[in-house]
Amino acid sequence: MMLVIVFGASFLAYNLQAYSSNPLSAFGESTALNKDFLIAKTIRDLQLDVPPPIRYFSWLRGIIAGLWGEFDMGLSRSNIPVIELLSMAIPVTIRLVITATFLAIILGITVGMITAIRQYSRFDYVITFVSFLLFSLPIFWVAVLLKEFLAIQFNDFLVNPVIPPSGIFISSLVFGFIIAGFAGGNRLQFLSVLLGGAVFAGAVLSFVSATKWFLEPSLGIFGIFFLALTSAAIVIQLISGLDSKKGIYAGFGTALAVTLLYYPLQSLMSEDATLFTVVMMFAITIITGIIIGFSVSSIDRRVYIRIGLFTALMSTPPLIIDRFMREFSSYMNSDAIRGRPVPTLGQRNDFLSPEQQENFWISSLDIAIHLILPTIALTLISFAGYVRFTRGSLLEVLNMDYIRTARAKGLNERTVIVRHGMRNAMLPLTTILVNDFAGLIGGAIITEGVFAWKGMGQLFNDAIRNYDLNLFMGIFIISAFLTVLANFIADLLFGVVDPRIRIRK
Amino acid sequence: MSKINQDSKPIGEKNENEIANLETLGLSQRQIIIRRFVGHKAAMFAVFTLISIFIFVFTAIGITIGPKGFQIKIPGWWPYSITDIDPEGAIASTCNGGVTGCPTLDLVPGFFDGDGIQIGKHPFGTDIIGTDFLALVARGAQQSVMVMFIVGTLGVTIGTIIGAIAGFFGGIVDAVLMRLTDMFLVTPTIIIGALIGFRYGNLGVGPLALLLGFFAWMGLARFVRTEFLTLREREFVDAARVAGASNRRIIFKHILPNAMGVIIVSGTLLLSGAILSETALSFLGFGVRPPDVSLGLLISEYQDSFSVAPWLFWWPGALIVSIALCVNFIGDGLRDAFDPRQRRRLSFKGKKTAQNLNQK
Repeated sequence: MMLVIVFGASFLAYNLQAYSSNPLSAFGESTALNKDFLIAKTIRDLQLDVPPPIRYFSWLRGIIAGLWGEFDMGLSRSNIPVIELLSMAIPVTIRLVITATFLAIILGITVGMITAIRQYSRFDYVITFVSFLLFSLPIFWVAVLLKEFLAIQFNDFLVNPVIPPSGIFISSLVFGFIIAGFAGGNRLQFLSVLLGGAVFAGAVLSFVSATKWFLEPSLGIFGIFFLALTSAAIVIQLISGLDSKKGIYAGFGTALAVTLLYYPLQSLMSEDATLFTVVMMFAITIITGIIIGFSVSSIDRRVYIRIGLFTALMSTPPLIIDRFMREFSSYMNSDAIRGRPVPTLGQRNDFLSPEQQENFWISSLDIAIHLILPTIALTLISFAGYVRFTRGSLLEVLNMDYIRTARAKGLNERTVIVRHGMRNAMLPLTTILVNDFAGLIGGAIITEGVFAWKGMGQLFNDAIRNYDLNLFMGIFIISAFLTVLANFIADLLFGVVDPRIRIRK
Repeated sequence: MSKINQDSKPIGEKNENEIANLETLGLSQRQIIIRRFVGHKAAMFAVFTLISIFIFVFTAIGITIGPKGFQIKIPGWWPYSITDIDPEGAIASTCNGGVTGCPTLDLVPGFFDGDGIQIGKHPFGTDIIGTDFLALVARGAQQSVMVMFIVGTLGVTIGTIIGAIAGFFGGIVDAVLMRLTDMFLVTPTIIIGALIGFRYGNLGVGPLALLLGFFAWMGLARFVRTEFLTLREREFVDAARVAGASNRRIIFKHILPNAMGVIIVSGTLLLSGAILSETALSFLGFGVRPPDVSLGLLISEYQDSFSVAPWLFWWPGALIVSIALCVNFIGDGLRDAFDPRQRRRLSFKGKKTAQNLNQK
């Protein structure tokens, strides 16, 4: 059924494009001597003498031929097969969209959950206003602001990375407010958390400023240990609660183990590392986490194994980020960068020397740094939607009778919200998530335009401006197909997370 | 039954409900909705701001309607238009070491920075050749607002009709219409918008908005259909049918008024979506073309001069954001007004009362 819809839509789009574009208009003011010949050639090449509804089927034949492996989307106007152009552009766009989606989902769900729990608090009102503001921001405007403030001014700042005292003071205070907003509580608790957070942030920022950390950033073993402990605490709180002794052993044990693995793993992360190395590292830490989780208890092992696994999963990225950071100063001082690392345009730096490009760490760092600005822009825009949706959905669930039953049974608040509340609130979220992913492709077109990425957006722009019908249809069919696929996956996921639907089938 | 339900709710919520009930005692449905909406502070503030923006941009430089050559002009109160060039004025307000055309608007009182509060000749500054930026921004905002309303009206009309027919008649009609909707839905709006904009952008903003409106109804149609599917099973529809009402009468007189909440709320969302996509298309060069201006076009033109002349970038952006933000807040207020289930935001007084009752 969905395939029929895609074909119907492609027929519509094909004719819309064919009737609304005139490839011959470029010759209107041409004074070339062989004008007639060029016109005739264009007509022959593009089969302009065949009416579009019929021409559509010759295009469709190429698509259907994909069933027996002779997939053909025709040639673009520059005589390059459309498939080739697309296969170069799609990975770029996917790279952009996936990072942004993941960030937006994780941040959005977390913040949404907290606003729902702290309904009507000041924090809730502030976040509500911020999410409305983000809803109303045009992405291209945000992108230009980011370019100015995050890229250009940050690069200027890197010349002498000393944060002025007023800057430290204000950012610490802001950090304190955010942390205190998350934590909530009565006025005294709010103030003490605010103060604690501000002092902590102030200390970190002063350290960063005094040691000119930005010039040679690294987390060091203490930074990694701290981050690992934090993630362990979050994981324990979510899965077993911090009052479970075995949970604490499993989580903090894994955090300690991952930190201790820092030294032996350094040899693995050598100059000639590949993507496989990173996968290996994750495998090693995860296995460690599982073993620790397995060994702390002889009953209920699944819970502790999960704690170990997720702690390991969350505390491994700092290990890898630390490795990237130590590559940063040589990257920044190389000829291609000249001390201005945050780029405003492009998806990678083409002027890196060959040995730098071969070095996995430097080339990945390059790609990651180019991802920063567009990812922030896309994340900001879609973050707001998830916050609102999670909040609304969780609030609705928390008013259900079974939540009251759960509370009446004497379950603690954590179990009520995580097990009984969030699980049910996430059900409608799956549909939104998947649909948004497909919609992000559209958003990526604008973002790519602003940041001059050579992805689908660039191709799309070319296709429209050159009246390139085959290329246009290629892009169209990919995005339509993605939407349909997303719906299909949403149905499947829904079946997985909601047993009621499985049973009905 | 409802009595039992209410009593079994936790104390705090029961009291909230009681207070909410007292607030609406003896009022008609419409009065309740209007009262709730007026009570929503953020939404009222948004209404006020939005109306001020509209009055400002439409009266400042006047309105120009009609195709090229047959234009009717209603003059505005602002002395400059988008075609007037005032190089002397631009040079007169030079700042930041030789950048011409800085905004003369100064809201900081005299004892703070030396210059008093003043509006000056070009409060929003001028562009590089000396065109008054207030005129440009006002014209751009007019275009964006017009697109917003045309797309919104068209989208709501088509969406309501298709959704209503599909939801009311069901069966084969529903299946066909919904597959049609899906067909339009799998096409990202920006792709179709760019295609249309590139071809017809030179016709001016009206025709462009009309064409865009034909591709903006799908989401609304789905919502309306769902609403109709539940409403047509209700008793009052059966009652109307028994009384001999025709299908048309049932749809328009009985079901549609009940579905109004959904339509208005998703209509507002459509409006804020429309202004954002119009500016995005113009930014990409697929919307309004020079010499005419639009907010998106202004931003795209001046994005590179941000570090030199930031006001050329701030003003259009601020207008887009404030219009979209106001529309979103109005939408939020309307949703709260129409759907009291979602509204659990009590007035300050009500909250205090509930707390007091809770503690007893």
